[in-house]
Amino acid sequence: MSETKIRVILAKLGLDGHDRGIKVVARMLRDAGMEVIYLGLRQTTDSIVAAAEQEDADVVGLSMHNAGHLTLAPAMLDALRQAGLDIPLIIGGIVPERDLTELRDAGVAAVLGPGASAEEVVRVVRDAVLGRSDQRA
Amino acid sequence: MPDDHTRSPTPNGDELRAAWLEAYEATPLRDVPFETMSGIPVEPVYGDGPYPGQYPYTRGVYPSMYRARLWTMRMFAGFGTAEDTNSRFRELLRHGGTGLSTAFDMPTLMGRDSDSSWSLGEVGRAGVAVDTLADMEDLFADIDLSAVSTSMTINGPAAILLAMYVAVAEQTGVARHALSGTIQNDILKEYQAQKEYIFPPRPSMRIVTDMFAYTRAEMPRWHPISISGYHIREAGSTAAQELAFTLANGFAYVEAAIAAGLDVDDVGRRLSFFFNSHVDFFEEIGKYRAARRIWARWMKERYGATDERAMLCRFHTQTAGVSLTAQQPEINIARVALQAMAAAIGGTQSLHTDSYDEALALPTEKAARIALRTQQIVAHETGVANVADPLGGAPYIEWMTDEMERQAEAVFEHLTELGDGSMLEGCYQGIETGWFVGEIADSAYRFEREVNAGRRVIVGVNGFTDGDDHDEDILRIGPEVEEYQLKRLQKVKSERNAEEVRETLAAVTAAAADPLVNLMPPIIAAVRAYATEEEIVDAMRAEFGTYVEKVVV
Repeated sequence: MSETKIRVILAKLGLDGHDRGIKVVARMLRDAGMEVIYLGLRQTTDSIVAAAEQEDADVVGLSMHNAGHLTLAPAMLDALRQAGLDIPLIIGGIVPERDLTELRDAGVAAVLGPGASAEEVVRVVRDAVLGRSDQRA
Repeated sequence: MPDDHTRSPTPNGDELRAAWLEAYEATPLRDVPFETMSGIPVEPVYGDGPYPGQYPYTRGVYPSMYRARLWTMRMFAGFGTAEDTNSRFRELLRHGGTGLSTAFDMPTLMGRDSDSSWSLGEVGRAGVAVDTLADMEDLFADIDLSAVSTSMTINGPAAILLAMYVAVAEQTGVARHALSGTIQNDILKEYQAQKEYIFPPRPSMRIVTDMFAYTRAEMPRWHPISISGYHIREAGSTAAQELAFTLANGFAYVEAAIAAGLDVDDVGRRLSFFFNSHVDFFEEIGKYRAARRIWARWMKERYGATDERAMLCRFHTQTAGVSLTAQQPEINIARVALQAMAAAIGGTQSLHTDSYDEALALPTEKAARIALRTQQIVAHETGVANVADPLGGAPYIEWMTDEMERQAEAVFEHLTELGDGSMLEGCYQGIETGWFVGEIADSAYRFEREVNAGRRVIVGVNGFTDGDDHDEDILRIGPEVEEYQLKRLQKVKSERNAEEVRETLAAVTAAAADPLVNLMPPIIAAVRAYATEEEIVDAMRAEFGTYVEKVVV
C-alpha cells in the first residue's frame, strides 16, 4: 500500500469526550504515512458517513470509552452499508474481551484495546484496508 | 526549610515554631497513639518552618493535619438507575466511607435527557442517569443529607444538578444552608481536557459566578467549585502542566468573581481543588506542595486576599485512572496503593482510590471495596498520618517543589501575556486558539512514543507481560437500564403540570438574557416543576448558544 496513501477517518461518535487515545492514534497513523482526517468530538453516524464519502476514505476508526460500543458500532455499520460504503470499521478504546465476538459478528473489522503499540495500530489499520482477517491487537 | 517566597517580614524560626505549637495544641486530636508500630513516639512535624498551617502552606494547610482528622475517604460511584447508585452509596456508608461522590452518565453530563437521540447506548452506562428531580429523589433516598457531604461531578449543567440537590433536601426537611458538599462546576478545564462543555466559555463563566454568589448567600457550607487538574492529567498532560493549568484556571475564576462584584476573601474561602495522583511518587508530592505555595502567594500578593482561609489550596485527590492497565488488572491494586500514599504524604484533604478493574469497565462492588480498603491501610496501618509533610526538608522534595513551581510560573507568564495581563482573558484565549489542547496532546503523544520505544516500562503492557488473563468479573450495565429510565422519564413527563413547566422554563431564558439576574432561583423553580435537564439546558441555550471546539490533533 506504500504507493497510495491510506485515507483514514477518525471520529468520536456520540457524547463521549475521551479523546486522548484517538489523538494519539491519529498521530501514530500520520507518522506511518497515512492520510488522517480527524473529525473531532460529538459526531453522528450521518456526519461520519458524509465525511467518509467526501474524503473517499479507506477505513473508519471510532474511539469508544463509555461502554456504548454494542449499540453504537452496529449503528455505524448500518449507516455505512445504507450509504453503500464498503469500507472497514475499526473500534478503539475500552471494549471488554467478551464483547469482541458480538462486534466481529456485527461486522467490525478490528478492535484495538488499551496498550496497543504503534506498530499494532498501524498493522491493524493496514490489514483492515487490505481485507485481511483481524486479530485483536 | 528556606522559603524564598515569603516576602512579608519573616518571623524567625523560634517565633514560627511557637506560633505553630500554639495552633497545634489548640486542635483536638484523634484518640490514637502517635508512635511507630514499634512504640517509638513521633513528633507531629519535623524540620523547619514555615510549618503546616503557616503561610505559604507548602507543608500543609492545617497545623495538625491528619492528627486532628484523617482525609475524607470519598469514593466516586454512580451507575445504572438512581436506585442502583443509591444502594451503592448506602453500601459505601456502611463500610466506613465518609462522603458521597456522584458519577453521572454521559447524557446527564452533557445536558441531554435519556430520550434524546444523542443518548442512545449511553444511558446509565458510565454513571447514573438523572433527567428530572424524580431521579434525584431516588438517588438520595433514605440518606440524611444534613449528615453527609456530597460531591457531584458535573460541569456544563452543574447549576441544574445543584438546584435538584437543593430541591431534594428541602423536600426531606433539610434546609439548603445545612447542606455540605462540593459541585465540580469547573467549566474551564472542560474546554481544555474533559470536553463536557455545552455553552461557550463566557456565558458559562457567568453561570459559574452566579453559583458562587448564590451559594455564598444561601449555602454557606457548600463549595461551589472544585478546580480540577485531574482531567487535564488524564488527558495526557505532564504533572507541571496539570499544576499550571489548574491554578491558572483558579486565578481566572477569582478574576471573574471579582469582576462580578464578589469579594476575593469570600470567594477564596470557598474554592477547592482536585488533583491527580499519578505513579511518579516524588513528582506528585512536589506538585502538591508547589500548588499550596503558589496559590497562597498569588491570592495574597496578586489578588489581595487578607483572610488566611482564602489562601489555602485545599484539595481532593484521585488516583490516576489512566495509569491503570487492562493487562493483569490485579496489579493495579499496587499502583493505586502507591498513588494513595503520595496523596497522603502530599497532604490531601480527601481521596478517591481507583478500583483495579477500571481500565476494563466500571468497578464491581468487590473492586470498589478493595480500593477503599487500600486507602484505609494507608491511613491506619502505615503511620503516614502521624507526621505532617514527612518529606519536607528533604533536598530532593524541596528541589522538586521548586521545579514544579518554576514550570508553572512560566505557564502563568505565557497566559497573562496572551490575556494582556488578565489570567481570565489568557485562559479564554488559550481555549479559543486550541493552545491548551495542543499542549496536552503533545505531552500525551510524547509519553506514548516513549512507551512504544521501550524507554518507559509499563508493567504488564510492554514489560513483564506473562500472566495476563481475561476472566475478569466486570460490571455490566444492560440495556434494561435504558428501558427503565425511558419509562421513568415518560411517566414523570405525563404527571407534571405542563403549564408550570412552560412558565418556569421561560423564566430561565429571561434570566439568561439579563446578566444582572442570578440564574439559580429560576432554575430551582424549573426543577421543582419537574422540567427535565435538557429542557432547562435548552432554555439557556436559546440565549447562550453552543460551543464547538476547534479540532486540534
